[in-house]
Amino acid sequence: MNTREDSNPGSLLSAKQLLNVYRRMRTIRHFEERLHVDFSRGDIPGFVHLYAGEEATAVGIISHLGDGDRIASTHRGHGHCIAKGVDVIAMMKEIYGKTGGACNGKGGSMHIADLSKGMMGANGILGAGAPLICGAALAAKFRGKGEIGITFAGDGAANQGTFLESLNLAAVWSLPVVFVIENNGYAEATSRSYATAVDSYVDRAAGFGLPGVTVDGTDFFAVYETAGELIRRAREGGGPSLLECKMVRFYGHFEGDAQTYRGHDELEDIRANQDCLKLFRAQVEQSGMVDSAAFDEVDREVAALIEQAVQEAKAAPEPNAADLLSDVYISY
Amino acid sequence: MMSEATIIPVVMPKWGLSMREGIVNEWLVDEGEEITPGMPILNVETDKIANAVEATDGGVLRRKVAGEGDVLPVKALLGVLAPPTVSEGQIDDFIQSWVVADVDEDDEEQVSVDRFIEVNDLRVRYVRKGEGTETLLFIHGFGGDLNNWLFNLDAFPDATVVALDLPAHGQTETRLTGNSLAALAGFVIEFMQALEMPAAHLIGHSLGGAIAAQLALDAPQRVRSLTLIGSAGFGPEINLSYTQGFIDAQSRRDLKPVVELLFADTELVSRQLLDDLLKYKRLDGVTDCLQQLHDGLFSGGQTSLPGQRLSGLTPPLLLIWGEEDAIVPPEHAALAPAGSRVVRIAGAGHMPQMEKSAQVNQLLQQHVSGER
Amino acid sequence: MARKLSMKMAINEAIDQEMARDPSVIMLGEDIVGGMGSEGEKDAWGGVLGVTKGLYAKHGDRLLDTPLSESAYVGAAIGAAACGMRPIAELMFIDFMGVCFDQIFNQAAKFRYMFGGKAETPVVIRAMVGAGFRAAAQHSQMLTPIFTHIPGLKVICPSTPYDTKGLLIQAIRDNDPVIFCEHKNLYGLEGEVPEKPYAIPFGEASIVRDGRDVSIITYGLMVHRALDAAQQLAQQGINVEVVDLRSLSPLDLDTVIETVENTGRLVVVDEAHPRCNIATDIAALVGQHAFHALKAPVEMVCAPHTPVPFSPTLEDQYIPSAARIIDAVKRTFSYRGKQ
Repeated sequence: MNTREDSNPGSLLSAKQLLNVYRRMRTIRHFEERLHVDFSRGDIPGFVHLYAGEEATAVGIISHLGDGDRIASTHRGHGHCIAKGVDVIAMMKEIYGKTGGACNGKGGSMHIADLSKGMMGANGILGAGAPLICGAALAAKFRGKGEIGITFAGDGAANQGTFLESLNLAAVWSLPVVFVIENNGYAEATSRSYATAVDSYVDRAAGFGLPGVTVDGTDFFAVYETAGELIRRAREGGGPSLLECKMVRFYGHFEGDAQTYRGHDELEDIRANQDCLKLFRAQVEQSGMVDSAAFDEVDREVAALIEQAVQEAKAAPEPNAADLLSDVYISY
Repeated sequence: MMSEATIIPVVMPKWGLSMREGIVNEWLVDEGEEITPGMPILNVETDKIANAVEATDGGVLRRKVAGEGDVLPVKALLGVLAPPTVSEGQIDDFIQSWVVADVDEDDEEQVSVDRFIEVNDLRVRYVRKGEGTETLLFIHGFGGDLNNWLFNLDAFPDATVVALDLPAHGQTETRLTGNSLAALAGFVIEFMQALEMPAAHLIGHSLGGAIAAQLALDAPQRVRSLTLIGSAGFGPEINLSYTQGFIDAQSRRDLKPVVELLFADTELVSRQLLDDLLKYKRLDGVTDCLQQLHDGLFSGGQTSLPGQRLSGLTPPLLLIWGEEDAIVPPEHAALAPAGSRVVRIAGAGHMPQMEKSAQVNQLLQQHVSGER
Repeated sequence: MARKLSMKMAINEAIDQEMARDPSVIMLGEDIVGGMGSEGEKDAWGGVLGVTKGLYAKHGDRLLDTPLSESAYVGAAIGAAACGMRPIAELMFIDFMGVCFDQIFNQAAKFRYMFGGKAETPVVIRAMVGAGFRAAAQHSQMLTPIFTHIPGLKVICPSTPYDTKGLLIQAIRDNDPVIFCEHKNLYGLEGEVPEKPYAIPFGEASIVRDGRDVSIITYGLMVHRALDAAQQLAQQGINVEVVDLRSLSPLDLDTVIETVENTGRLVVVDEAHPRCNIATDIAALVGQHAFHALKAPVEMVCAPHTPVPFSPTLEDQYIPSAARIIDAVKRTFSYRGKQ
């Protein structure tokens, strides 16, 4: 497994790029933390599944992608969306179910999508993204421009038949796909160790005929470097691969989950010791490439952006009766 | 003893060269009724059309031989007319001894009646029947096909009869080689060349009439005689809500009121007719080609008027027009050159060759044979 | 007279012509080519019943044989559709929908709506339906009602070769997900099919037989059973109008109402199981929209509430017969109303 000690920020990214990825990660963190607060106040309808704590994986991988590359997300999709460049204000409006949301209020948190940015949607059905990304990768192959697809699945969804069938299909057709398993140790309230017979998902990869790598998903640089290699390989026709990112989720499976299944001091401990943003910032500041003031400035800007997003979302109009019936079909 | 000549059979007619059988839908008269020539006596349906069989002779209908729902071959006995003096027994004998006439040798060859030939790189469908010295060439109109002549093609046993599908019509390739009358007439000339047909009696309907008129101007040596029915190419007016409506209609429901404009008797607009028209319109490219033709020939009124420039034709032009033609006004007949023979047919709309086929066939026979 | 083609060849021709016209059309399915990866003949099968035979020779790798992974490859077809291609996925038997239904009803059907009108999923899923092959319970179902129920899907089930080619071309050109149901027992049926490509719009029923006395509304194989029944009834002086729905979603409600207003009596025939099927759907719609025209209650002739049996004797009793349809028609005449 690739670890922090192997990575040197300066060799991978410029100062400008470092600030950029930090901004993305900070945006995710702030977005999710704000949702946590607003949800507990009763402002937010339905289910939300927060990505806080997992930012380094989303940004570390998706930073390598362009709009022509496609991703399929999970139910915990805000992080992937923001990393892929979906408009934050539109996202907030969507979560509030308002007109002008990324899906005009018709999808909500679990189905946020922006196909123009190659974001094929968060998905309420676990494992459903894997076949869809095989299709996106197939289309990319026909297009011949070196575009790829990335599908994210949790440690639980990685046991779904759809996911396993997709591994085989991608290998058989040599599709440009990276299957990312976001292993945060829990599938809803059930631990990975209980639900999955193998200790490492990488073992399964070999079993299906594709290479697999495990990284520390809280180490941005490890993720970024490893993902970069796998993505390049896919672009160059090397076929699919599996990337397991070991990470932590700060919040429950869904907002409202009391998380009593987690260990006694676990939440405190991971906040203190495995906060990928803190770790990133520390590592970069230590390298001297970006100073603390610059990071603080980004923090402030992000806070303002999220505040603006919430205000606009609250003020945005509700969808009307015609919206209920629209867009079932293109023509009927 | 009463001669059998006074017993008159009513037989299944032949509509179109490919018809082999028809379904008797409904008797319109009762046994014992006095039938007069031309009276519709029963409704028959084929895979192409549903229409009334008109009596060719007069007499009392003594027996209905065919039942409603019966499927019978062409020339099968449908009923018997005879004066009251003929006995039931004699009628029974007549019916018993009726043999469906064998299919002609000519007809035997027509197993696959549709023929195809390349003209100017276009695959053209046509039909050709008979080996007579005189050739009749039938040219259909906008949105039609050679089946518009269903009730006419079989009426000239002594002639060679040819009918074609124009470019982008019927089963001819869906492509145009031009959307002007000159281009279309030129195409028909090339078709005649391909068939080694130096000259023919031209019979044109609607747009086909304008094409035939243009052809007569461009290549008079190819025209033995000219008959134009409900013809375009005389005056500027044409019913654009019909022509554009025909192009625009997407469903049976949309198409029905449009197609009904063609006929004085809207009963002729059967579901079968509409379905066949829809099948044609739904072929890839047809709508675009029809629109191109429409834009070139009809939009804003007709501008190309060859009918007004025809003169000195021998024999003179024969114009046939339905009195109730709602597509091209019958008044246009007045724009024909002096000496033309104009026959206006009562009770017919834009398609007298279908609605009053017996009368039209008789006029054609006279015209082609030089009678007056 | 147009040339005759079997329904199976009409499907083949529709796919062939559309693939020739549009490079974004691809096909995915199990053994749609056959012989992949083995030493023997390529295009060995061309589909389990030979429907796609010959297409590989013309279109090569645009036909992709798949592993036995419906959820993966049907999902891939859907994903590729959302990314600008026009895939046709073959679900060999509609009975297999269980293993991939999520991709169809939760993903493809819902993308456009869930994503606020910002997705297009022009996928066609072709599947064999229906009984009569002695293929037993898991290979013989008529599951059209399940798909018809789902908003976002279009469901088509033709009964003639002419309709099959035109509706399949329409399905491939259509920008919404289409479930195209092919009755396996009609694959050999021959009919006139134009050589040129043509598209029949969805949502248009076909009146296949005009009548005055009673209407039979149906689809698929049952259209032919209804026509048999109509012919027999004609000899008894009952004039039957037969309507072939062809398009279950969207539904041509106008023609349904029109035929009931024309005759006043309705029999709906449906090869699907009796609960919540197309027959109950039509009967309810007629009760709602054309009650005034009804002279008798709507009769429904359906398969029984059982799986499809194997034994030929039993299967023949399972499938609605012309005799049962005739009985139903007669019941619409013997109805006397409440006393």
